[in-house]
Amino acid sequence: MIELTHVPIDYHALTESVRSSQSGAVVLFLGTVREMTEGRRTVALDYEGYPQMAETKLAELEAQARSKWPIDRVGIIHRLGRLELGDISVAIAVSCPHRKQAFDAGQFLIDELKGSVPIWKQENWDDGTTEWVHPV
Amino acid sequence: MLQIKLFAKAREVVGRSVAEIPWLDGQTVLQLKQVLAEKYPGLQPMISRLLVAVNNDYAADDAAIKTGDEVACFPPVSGG
Repeated sequence: MIELTHVPIDYHALTESVRSSQSGAVVLFLGTVREMTEGRRTVALDYEGYPQMAETKLAELEAQARSKWPIDRVGIIHRLGRLELGDISVAIAVSCPHRKQAFDAGQFLIDELKGSVPIWKQENWDDGTTEWVHPV
Repeated sequence: MLQIKLFAKAREVVGRSVAEIPWLDGQTVLQLKQVLAEKYPGLQPMISRLLVAVNNDYAADDAAIKTGDEVACFPPVSGG
């Protein structure tokens, strides 16, 4: 299940959606809005996406992950719009027969998402300035 | 004419979410970047980092674009 949303992510429902009796391991990753970045204070993040391509790329990532690990179920939800401190920007849930597979698949999915899925975030600093985030 | 969807800082510096430029089928991604930077000088500082997607997939500089393709131009992604 792949989804972009403008409303808060229900990560409990997402986690339940990947649970099954075939899987001995479920891993959930949550990306959340952090207050401090290199000494500067964030008050909010604005996320913008290219929805059609983002969903295409996420589906490709799921297919790649499934070719590498024996994934049972996977769910990815990314939020767009204005997010406040502590809000969840992305949730990835993966189920596999064994824990290492689930951890590795989850790490692969979030790492690749950050590198290739067309979504951008803009910092709103506490001094009133804004700045598009440049990937490192 | 070719329509180009713009996102994030590219959208912001151009001041609109869709740009439209005259286009000859067969011109490349690199030519698109050059034409955009000429028409919208605000893009100039980021031109070397701009990414182009054609029909929902990343396109290399030498890829050809034809009118009717879905084309988008944006800076490196920063989701998550």
